[in-house]
Amino acid sequence: MTEKIQKEENLALEVRHVTKRFPGVIANDDVSFSLKKGEIHALLGENGAGKSTLMNVVYGLYAQDEGEFLIDNKVVEINGPSDAINYGIGMVHQHFMLVPVFTVAENMILGSEVTKGTSLDLRRAKKEILEISEAYGLKVDPDALVENLPVGVQQRVEILKALYRNANILVLDEPTAVLTPQEAEDLFDVMRELTQKGVSIIFITHKLKEILNVADRVTVMRRGKVVGHTKPSETDAQGLATMMVGRDVLLQVEKTPAKPKEVVLEVNHLKINDERDIEVVKNVSFNVRAGEILGIAGIQGNGQTELIEALTGLRDAKSGEIHLSGEIIPFEKPRYLVEHGMGHVPEDRHKHGLVLAYNLADNTVLNTYYQKPFASKMMVRNDQAVLSNAIELIKRFDVRSPGAHVAAGTLSGGNQQKVIVAREFSRPLKVLIANQPTRGLDVGSIEYIHKEIIKMRDDGVGVIVISAELDEILSLSDRIAIMFRGEIVTIIDAESATREQLGLWMAGANPEMA
Amino acid sequence: MDDQQNSDKNNTSAKDRLSALWQVVSVPVAAVLLALLIGAVILAVSGANPIEAYAALLEGSFGSMAAFGRTLSKATPLIFSGLAVAFAFKAGLFNIGAQGQLLFGALASAVAGFAITGLPPFLHTTLSLLIGATAGALFAYIPGALKAYTGAHEVITTIMLNYVAINITDYITDGPLKDTANGNIVARTPEILDSAKIPYLGEIPAGFLLAILAVVVVWWILQRTTLGYEIRTVGLSPHAAKYAGMRVPFTIILTMVISGFLAGMGGAVETLGIVGRYQPGFNVGLGFDGITIALLGKTSPFGIIPAAILIGAMKAGASTMQFEAGVAKEITDVIQALILFFVTADMIVRKLIRSKTENGTGVTLSGWGQE
Ligand SMILES: Nc1ncnc2c1ncn2[C@@H]1O[C@H](COP(=O)(O)OP(=O)(O)OP(=O)(O)O)[C@@H](O)[C@H]1O
Ligand SMILES: [Mg+2]
Repeated sequence: MTEKIQKEENLALEVRHVTKRFPGVIANDDVSFSLKKGEIHALLGENGAGKSTLMNVVYGLYAQDEGEFLIDNKVVEINGPSDAINYGIGMVHQHFMLVPVFTVAENMILGSEVTKGTSLDLRRAKKEILEISEAYGLKVDPDALVENLPVGVQQRVEILKALYRNANILVLDEPTAVLTPQEAEDLFDVMRELTQKGVSIIFITHKLKEILNVADRVTVMRRGKVVGHTKPSETDAQGLATMMVGRDVLLQVEKTPAKPKEVVLEVNHLKINDERDIEVVKNVSFNVRAGEILGIAGIQGNGQTELIEALTGLRDAKSGEIHLSGEIIPFEKPRYLVEHGMGHVPEDRHKHGLVLAYNLADNTVLNTYYQKPFASKMMVRNDQAVLSNAIELIKRFDVRSPGAHVAAGTLSGGNQQKVIVAREFSRPLKVLIANQPTRGLDVGSIEYIHKEIIKMRDDGVGVIVISAELDEILSLSDRIAIMFRGEIVTIIDAESATREQLGLWMAGANPEMA
Repeated sequence: MDDQQNSDKNNTSAKDRLSALWQVVSVPVAAVLLALLIGAVILAVSGANPIEAYAALLEGSFGSMAAFGRTLSKATPLIFSGLAVAFAFKAGLFNIGAQGQLLFGALASAVAGFAITGLPPFLHTTLSLLIGATAGALFAYIPGALKAYTGAHEVITTIMLNYVAINITDYITDGPLKDTANGNIVARTPEILDSAKIPYLGEIPAGFLLAILAVVVVWWILQRTTLGYEIRTVGLSPHAAKYAGMRVPFTIILTMVISGFLAGMGGAVETLGIVGRYQPGFNVGLGFDGITIALLGKTSPFGIIPAAILIGAMKAGASTMQFEAGVAKEITDVIQALILFFVTADMIVRKLIRSKTENGTGVTLSGWGQE
């Protein structure tokens, strides 16, 4: 058949019948999948469906138990990332793998060092990096330290790193999860440009709009298996959601008007300096009432992170007061907050939210481990109580894992997030601070967590939601505070807010003029 | 990590457990075998018969009840120093200062052993042990506090404090507390009273049983108490520990103090059980051996016991080997150094025995001195 021959000619990568098992789970179950030359192929699936695993197998990080790969129609053996790199595969991982204390250039050449004799030829490397970044419109400073770069730029470094090694198959595992909408748009431009130059891209995301926006084809996975293929032209967001979850999903948040009661959290004239002693939060005051959701919107780097850290006991403030249920809270005392009814879903789940080497049971008591029934008065831990609590939470929050005994680091990114949410939502709360609560979650889980947040509100909890997703802020919040350059420029009713207006204020437009 | 937490349906099969165990012990076992192998090559090259030499080593360490007793008494302080290093490591701290803490423990217990009189045996021994351990704990407080309050890296401070410990103990034993009985001119303290000595139960030194008890207690603290949970959390992720409301600086100091307590007790059992007084030079290396033992035992309390017995056996059998096979004792030091090299060069060993990490890089445990 001519059609078949033609099809084969155009394939950059073909995965045939790949199976990968972990103790207690089949992460990939007879998965077949093909990537055409120059296409953007989206991989969609629930948390824990096996997307990252499949890509890690392709990249040689895991050895498959069964199955084979074809690159340019030839069967190849991939025994490690160096093989994958040699075959032109580049991967940007779900959780970045850059060395924070190295410069951009040093990170880029790590593993493929350009040498002059026995010493590094950093000058030549820098020149090459600048050439590539010029060619693809990915601007970076080769001499900047990675730890000082915003995530969006770190992302760019990761992509450049792959291109620097001549990748013509690029795997992007949830690259937009930590990007602002504008950064994401920039990334899509880069992706389109790359395909123009013949690069083929596998793109993993949970954001259906993004798939409809940039993908040429979509492969949908569920519980380790491929359950279908489609194209953006043949479906819509609802169709994609149904296909991946296997049931109809509510993409809109359903809620009744809030019935706010007494003030539970009050912030007065808060000023915060960052590590460089620069004032990043300038005289911020606001309050949150029981039974309402206050959304905080703002472009990353306008003081939200520091504000939330101070609210949750992770950072000291220069001046000002925070009242929790009428009492002034001490700064930098997270335990006080836990004991006085504050729940906190932290922004960075690997840094603060979880101990990756701990099993799920130990992670579900991270901040209550010393309380009854998890420990006796004599500080002896009660493993049985910890375990049964964890098993219950795993069930209630639908954490997909082989059980409470596995290390949190082995869970898929979305399921890691669910462990944190389960821990924080299961305590009796007065105030809940949810920072990027659905980052990296699939639509089904987002629906669930949004419902839980609304339920919290209706049970009389005062909720603060911070999100890079304007849609999430708009659909959850009852009131919205907009932050710009360390100040809350205005607080408005969510009812009357529009995307466009919020966008303008976040960019610095003066609300008084409107 | 927690072997008791398998009561939810997913009981791991016996085979899975075996392979999990193999994952843990394969590197240490391979490291020891490789070290012995290279040791054999060195012996052969230098003209000795390696089989003969190893046979003599084995005979001198396990060949008789007396030999076995000697192995155990050599292993006893090593269990303590290994435990001290391993314990600190759980909080992410690399206590190179076990040596210095051990010296202070040895000296303080010796002082308690000869200066306190009129106590019944058991009480005198216990008191001297505790005084030795406390001296180690106090000395370890210094690097702990420096780390917690100023961020000074414990590797640097403990290395320097080792010299402080050596010089202070040297001075004390050659000056204020020098033994002057019978015209002695050697730098050493007077001998301890019989009431302070740790007895032998047949060939088995009672100190060894104490060491085993210490292993169990340390394991229990780490795995079963909230303090252990705090220590492990601080070690694995200081940021998560802060989020969890733990007092990170306090935990760092307390961990160092407990580590120093263990090292100090190691010095005390050496003084009270073997040497009988403090004499500079007699305890050299015991604290440093603790680093090898902690690594060989994979920093797990129970792993310390076989690791310490192995190193203890080499020390115990070295003389027999020298005597019977005519091989210089120092070959055991070479083997021990090779073991340390191979356990730390985990990656090389893994390559050599091709134990490919099937599960990939899903979980990365934090390494030495991680911040
Ligand atoms: N190293 C590992 N060890 C054990 N199990 C693992 C490991 N890595 C992944 N798994 C399991 O394999 C399954 C698939 O995980 P994977 O990370 O591929 O999901 P995913 O589709 O990328 O999900 P997400 O959207 O949440 O990132 C999960 O059940 C996970 O627990
Ligand atoms: Mg993933």
